[in-house]
Amino acid sequence: MRSISMETVEAKRAEILATLKDQTATHEQKVTYLARHAENFLTVLDEPEGLDELMRCEQEDRCICNLFEGDAPYRPRYICPDYPKFMKEGSAFLQLDPPKDLFEALNNLQILYHNVPSITNYPVYIGDLDLLLEPFVKDLDDETVKKALRLFLTSVDRTILDSFCHANIGPTMTRTGMLLMEVEAELQNAVPNLTMRVSKDTPDEFVMAGIECALRCAKPSFANDRMFRSELGDDYCIASCYNGLYKGGGSYTLCRLLLAGIAKRSKNIQDFKENQLPHVMDVMARYMDARVRFLVEESGFFESNFLALEGLIRRDRFSAMFGLVGMAECVNDLLAKEGIEGRFGHSEAADKLGVEIMEQINAFCNAHPAPYCEATGGHYLLHAQVGMDYDKNSTPGTRIPVGEEPAELIDHLKNINLFHKYFISGAGDIFPVDLTVHKNHKFLLDVIRGSFDLEIRYLSFYGSDSDVIRVTGYLAKRSEIEKLAEGHNVLLNTTGLALGATRNCHAQDRRVR
Amino acid sequence: MKALVNKIIPFSSVDGPGNRTAIFLQGCNFNCLYCHNPETINQCVNCGQCVKVCPVGALSMQDGKVCYDYTKCVFCDACFKQCPNSSSPRVRSMTPEEVMVEVRKNVPFIRGITVSGGECTRWRDFLVELLGIARAEGLSTLLDSNGSYDFSQDPELLAVTDGVMLDIKAWTSEDHKAVTGVDNTQVRANLEFLARAGKLEELRTVVVPGLFDAETAVREASAVAAPWQDKHPMRYKIICYRPMGVRESEKERLQQPTAEYLQQLADLARAQGIRDVVIT
Repeated sequence: MRSISMETVEAKRAEILATLKDQTATHEQKVTYLARHAENFLTVLDEPEGLDELMRCEQEDRCICNLFEGDAPYRPRYICPDYPKFMKEGSAFLQLDPPKDLFEALNNLQILYHNVPSITNYPVYIGDLDLLLEPFVKDLDDETVKKALRLFLTSVDRTILDSFCHANIGPTMTRTGMLLMEVEAELQNAVPNLTMRVSKDTPDEFVMAGIECALRCAKPSFANDRMFRSELGDDYCIASCYNGLYKGGGSYTLCRLLLAGIAKRSKNIQDFKENQLPHVMDVMARYMDARVRFLVEESGFFESNFLALEGLIRRDRFSAMFGLVGMAECVNDLLAKEGIEGRFGHSEAADKLGVEIMEQINAFCNAHPAPYCEATGGHYLLHAQVGMDYDKNSTPGTRIPVGEEPAELIDHLKNINLFHKYFISGAGDIFPVDLTVHKNHKFLLDVIRGSFDLEIRYLSFYGSDSDVIRVTGYLAKRSEIEKLAEGHNVLLNTTGLALGATRNCHAQDRRVR
Repeated sequence: MKALVNKIIPFSSVDGPGNRTAIFLQGCNFNCLYCHNPETINQCVNCGQCVKVCPVGALSMQDGKVCYDYTKCVFCDACFKQCPNSSSPRVRSMTPEEVMVEVRKNVPFIRGITVSGGECTRWRDFLVELLGIARAEGLSTLLDSNGSYDFSQDPELLAVTDGVMLDIKAWTSEDHKAVTGVDNTQVRANLEFLARAGKLEELRTVVVPGLFDAETAVREASAVAAPWQDKHPMRYKIICYRPMGVRESEKERLQQPTAEYLQQLADLARAQGIRDVVIT
């Protein structure tokens, strides 16, 4: 391990003290931050040369971001347990037998949730709840099932203190799935995030129930089941914001290219494509390699954690996510440097350059040999990252910036259709919907069906006057954001991110459709 | 064959079921006081008034005709708001195939097209061709009509039309004349004919208190249509009058109804047996 200077130690001590005294953080939030401070005293990673210049520099010059993952990875960023196996076999470590009824099933799940680590220390995937619970609801009436679900979901919302927690439903229609949406619409909770996987065989009735629910509580979102299945096979799930990952696996890490920063250091398009982008991608990929290697080879996680020992996760079902943000700003900057008119999302030249950049990143990713990623062909998966609360002048993934959305939804969708296909581990777009204009919600059904016939991967909608809103990928309550803005403690970690995203990224100002 | 097209809305959630492309044709034989798009009523007479008010120079006079440059337009609508003739300089003369080029851009996000206006049936031959192409390409076809055209005499048009959304602007001839300037014998004949033929998609009544007897209109129209619902599911849309788009000269004397009154009308339609009633 490399040594660090006393100056660095003193700086870190000051940060620790500030965390400790922070009156807007709850006790649990402080414990999480303090653990991260401790981790960051370590210098164990075999970092590639040139990383500091690209990652540990002034914000506006930054080209790589590790999303505060910490300098000594000791658990995968995203873990997606094999819940069907857990339901079938229980867990020796947790001293749980397989459940025999709905109440045991829900109780077992809640216990497991508390023991699933992640980057946030809360589970980012809590199962395909409809399919997991459907066998247990047969002999129960609707009211009993709803009461059990209501208690379960309330407990999830108040104990999993982070809305990167994600449940899945669909693509088949089930009674549990319908009841679950009914209860969610009533509860108006930010946690869990919810995705409905939609295929051609998903009945309209089920998708419509999803749309009605989404317009009341900003969830579920809708995932293109055909696309994910063709890329990842049948055992995929949607975790965290909208990340396609393997069940029984997950993602070791997620780092992101800050495309706006890379464009900034480029003289022109040619310099960007031939020098700057290849260099930054190479450094980031090798940094990710180092993170993955430490986690797998040295941290001991996969040798000791009960999830791995009991087969609820398998090391060979993990991959890692090669993320990016700021495509819009990158393209706009490069076009300006060339003196070419046009803005991302509004001109053919801009969209064409965006696609060329994606092709280049995709080709790099598919060529770089990623350690311990045999599940995904030995390569990392591209990810259109949803941004961070501290991002400025950087739009999530390949989205069109808030405030610049095309006047017509069709033009917006056509842009999206160019980009979603690259991001196997997730890309998504969000549309607030004016419910006083649109009383005919089947119009959203047509938008979803049409999108999923094309190459659009993931769509979210919410009522423009709803309290629960989708911020960038996760959910938050407007009322809680306001409370935090006034300086009060709030229960969910993500409310803090939502406040930052509101202030820095205008996340509440999207064009209403 | 061409028609004058006032505008094409790529995605519409208010012109029939699901998401549809709505095509507005120019010219109407009614003159409803509450018309919310009066710029669709008449053909342009090239008076040039709009050229003077365009803030970006998108309009010009060439050889005595108003010319419109789409690329300069900022869609501020100043041109037709100032039009003394209830028309618009942005109207384009298009063939059915040219319209379909615009429609196809919205596939697969739409389930069909709705042709509205103005009064779309004034472009009957154009409609037959446009709807025929749309149908052949798997799109459903709806017409939004004021009911002045005798549909019973046009099996060719009906054969390519999945349904008609019919305006019931009033029930008695006297009331109808007060709202639109013309009699409604043909509208009432169409109501029954289309309902029986399984081609009535929607009935719609814009409610303006004091202008006409809305209760009679909703009750009587519902009674005629309701028995035929099983042939073709139909919806009664009770529409709240809103001053948006309405001519300044009319705005002052038109009132908005209360939510309670709209609810009463919806209940009236339901009492006559209409199953799908919406207030909007």
